[in-house]
This record gives sequence, C-alpha cells and structure tokens, in this order.
Amino acid sequence: MSSDADADAPSSEAAAASSDPVLAVDGLRKRYDDTVALDGVDLAVADGEFVAVVGPSGCGKSTLLRVLSGLEAEFGGRVAVDGTDVRDGGSDAVGMVFQEPRLLDWADVRENVAVGLPADVDPDSPGARERVDDLIETVGLGGFAESRPDELSGGMAQRVSLARGLAYDPSVLLLDEPFSALDRLTKADQQDHLLNVWEARGTTIVLVTHDVEEAVYLADRVVVLGGQPGTVESVVDVDIDRPRERADAELVALRREVTAALGR
Amino acid sequence: MAADTRRESDVSRESDAGRGSAAGGAARGAESRELGPLPLPAASRFRPFLGLLVPVALVLVWHVAVATGVFAAHQLPAPLRVAETLYGLAASGELWGHVAITLQRVVLGAGLGIGVGILFGTATGLSRAASDLLDPLLQSLKNIPSLAWVPLFLLWFGIGESAKVLLIAVGAFFPVYLNLSTGIAAVDEELLEVAEVYDLDRAESLRRVVFPAALPSLLVGIRGGVGLAWMFVVAAELIAASQGIGFLLSDGRTLARPDIIVGSILLFAFLGNCSDVAVKEVKNRVVGR
Repeated sequence: MSSDADADAPSSEAAAASSDPVLAVDGLRKRYDDTVALDGVDLAVADGEFVAVVGPSGCGKSTLLRVLSGLEAEFGGRVAVDGTDVRDGGSDAVGMVFQEPRLLDWADVRENVAVGLPADVDPDSPGARERVDDLIETVGLGGFAESRPDELSGGMAQRVSLARGLAYDPSVLLLDEPFSALDRLTKADQQDHLLNVWEARGTTIVLVTHDVEEAVYLADRVVVLGGQPGTVESVVDVDIDRPRERADAELVALRREVTAALGR
Repeated sequence: MAADTRRESDVSRESDAGRGSAAGGAARGAESRELGPLPLPAASRFRPFLGLLVPVALVLVWHVAVATGVFAAHQLPAPLRVAETLYGLAASGELWGHVAITLQRVVLGAGLGIGVGILFGTATGLSRAASDLLDPLLQSLKNIPSLAWVPLFLLWFGIGESAKVLLIAVGAFFPVYLNLSTGIAAVDEELLEVAEVYDLDRAESLRRVVFPAALPSLLVGIRGGVGLAWMFVVAAELIAASQGIGFLLSDGRTLARPDIIVGSILLFAFLGNCSDVAVKEVKNRVVGR
C-alpha cells in the first residue's frame, strides 16, 4: 500500500518516504462545483518532518489543508494519516492552526486550549489541566492562563491557537498561513518559537504559507504547489542545519530556487 | 515586552472597574488616562445624574403649569397631588396589592414566554427543517398587536389569571425567539470548523461553542421580552382585571381621578425601568466582561 505511494512520490523525497509516512496523499483531486481546486496532488510526510507548502493565491493550498484536517468530506484520491483515511477518522489525529486564531472570545486561554484536548480526556480532570497548563507554558504564555483573547496581542492569540493544536497531541500539526497577519518582527519571533516547539516535541508539521522566506527558513522540505487546478510543481529539499541564518547564502539560493519554481 | 504592556493595561482596566464607573466609561477612561498623568475631571462622577436634570425640570414646569391654570386640575393634577395620592395608597396598603399582583403576572408571563422562546429559538436556530417549518408562521404572528389577542384569550381562558399570564407570555416570547434563533444560526462558521477539527461531538460543540456564542443574543432578546411583558400586562389589566396597576389605571378613569391615572403611569414607568436596569445589569455581567 505504502509502496505505491513511494513509486509516485518525487525522487527527492524517496528517503523520507521509505519508512511509513505519517501523512500520505495520493492523487488527491478536489473540486468545488465546477471548479477543480486540486488535481492529482501527491505528498508523503515522514514522522517528525517539517514540510512547508508554498504556492500563489488560489492554487489550493488552503484547500489541501482543509482536506487533510477532515473539513472536506468529498474528494478524490486517497489521503491517510497514520494509515487511516481522513474520511474514516484519520483526521482525528490532526491538529490545525488556522490563519486567524479563531479563539472563543468568552473563554480564557486555558479553556481555549482545552478545546483541543482529545474527546476521551475529561477537560476538568487534574491530568488534563496539567497538560493544558504545560502547553500554555510551552508556547510562552505562562501567566496568561486566565486572560481572555481580547487581552492578548495577535501573536499571543496565535500561540494560544498553536497550544490548542498541540493539546491534541496530533500525529500531524497543520498550520494555515499562521503568521501572515503579523508584523515582520513578531512574525520572526513566532517562527523561531514554532521551531523551538517543533524541536522540543518532535511533532510532524505541515505549514502552508505564501511566504517563500518563511518556508525555506523553517522547513526540511518545501513543496511548491502551482497551476490551476493546483498540482505539485516541484519539491525543494532544505538540507541546512539548524539554527539557520536567515541571510545564509545557501538559504538565499534555495529561496531563489523556490521562487523560480513558483514562476515568479 | 509585549507581555508587559499587556499586563499594565490589565491593571488599569481593573482599577477602572473598581471605581464603579459604567462599562463604557471605564473603557474610555482607560484610554484617556494613558494620555497623561492628569486625573479624570470629577464631572464624570456626576454623569449618571445628568439624566435626572430634564425630568426634574419637566416636573417643575408641570407644577407651574398646573398652579398658574394652564392645565385644569381635573385634567392634570399637580405633581404633589400625584405624590400624595400614591403615598395615600401606599399607606393604606392598597397599592402593594396592586403592585404585587402586577409583578406576579409579569414574572410568570415573562418567565413562561422566555422559556418557550428559548425552546423554539434553539430548535429553529439549530435545525434548518424546524426553521423552515416554524419561522414563517412565527414571523407573521409577531406582528399581531397585543390588544388584538385580548378578546381571543378572554374567550379561551376566561378572565382569570391564566389569560393574563399567557397574554404576557406571548409578548415576551417573540423577542427571545427572534434573537436567539438568529443568534444561534449566526454563530461564526469559523468557530464551528474549530469544533469540527477538534472532534467535539454535537453536544460538546453546542455546550462549548454554540450556546456561549449565542448568549449575548439571548440576553438582548430577554431584555426586549421583559420590556414587552410590561406592555402586555397593561393590555391585560386594562381590559379584564379587578386588581393590578393596570386596573388602578382604568379605575382612575372611571372615578375621574387623574391623579390616580398619572400615578399608575409613573408606577409602570418606574417598575418597567427597574426591571430593564436589572436585566441590563445581568447582561453586562455575563457578556460585557
């Protein structure tokens, strides 16, 4: 089953896909009424990998994440998390950080993070509470557990959303342009913060972004989506040790490569 | 750094709340105080009393108009006369009987109307089918004036308490139903997606997302419902009652006692206002934190 996926996958990711991928996308086709949004997307993400998906507006990046997170029930092809189709509960193992924080205004940070706890965990149990407080600490919001969303800055709110995504202890954490609404400095901080969390927890991450610099700086592998309907145009490996320098010559060269693949 | 400034603004917000100023005033206060060390002018403390100026002036004008004969005393009694009448009724104990029965009707009727409104509002807000079935009917029924129901309710339920309570319930029902139904249906699609991604089941997503999100709408509806309950209690008591403020009002007309009429109107204004302020206070506590 997974060998089929390997055969279709671009050669550059053969190493990553040689073990069973956490996330496997084969020939994904998604249409909205008459518009085909995605046509034949293949993607395999290995355990603990950080993959960035870049593409121009309207190439179906967000649609891809919506399919992966189980928000779209109708699509063609196969999408599986931990070997389970997302339509058969595979999406349960997925956490999602949306472009906007999407927090519950009336609930404090602790309650918002607890929304992400798995269904079988009683949010009022001491264990759950400890886990939530631990996550709030992890995303650097210690002391804000009782704050409400309107008391937080945009970057802080987005970190609550990140903690909520991690509360699930997901096999794959999906992030949909999570930093696009932030100013440049905050964005850089949040990116480093995400890297720290990823390194500390070893969560598999798929990050969708339109920011090439962000993609190359953060990811192990950059998948370039393009065309209409969207397909995988190319895959660029970023074999640079972390911590990375944003101005590193190699990184800048890769940035050019990705930008070129985007056709810009 | 961002964290620190946040904390500071929290502190200033708290101290504002401690001063007991109105919610809107507190928010503005926090802003203007960040501009400089100058304390707020003391005038803001008297702002709530500004609203009393015009009524007090009106009462003075009223008094002068009656005293100088602009209005005949049998049409409009002097303010002091009205106060005396109310005091007399209160002292004799007659007033409390009227007030108590009216309050009882309003509380029972509004309670019933709000309860049924919550039931129907939730059903139509959550279910497309329920909305398609019920909403057109309820939307047209809401346009029936309160007085139009009275003869029918008298016919159906007699002149007892149930007719009045049910009539008031009809009044209180619609604002609650309309606001809650819209409020639930309008819950942010984005939040529902969050509930879906994190696999909250139907009950959990209602409890943790939908109902809290619709709570402000419900409270707006309840405020409107309580207001209408007061409108409807007058309709009920004017036409068929032997006790209650509305009865007092019509009794004043029968006895050609304008002081009783004006006194009853003022009582309605006072009690209606008290209940509105109370509901508003609850609403601000729950929502406006």
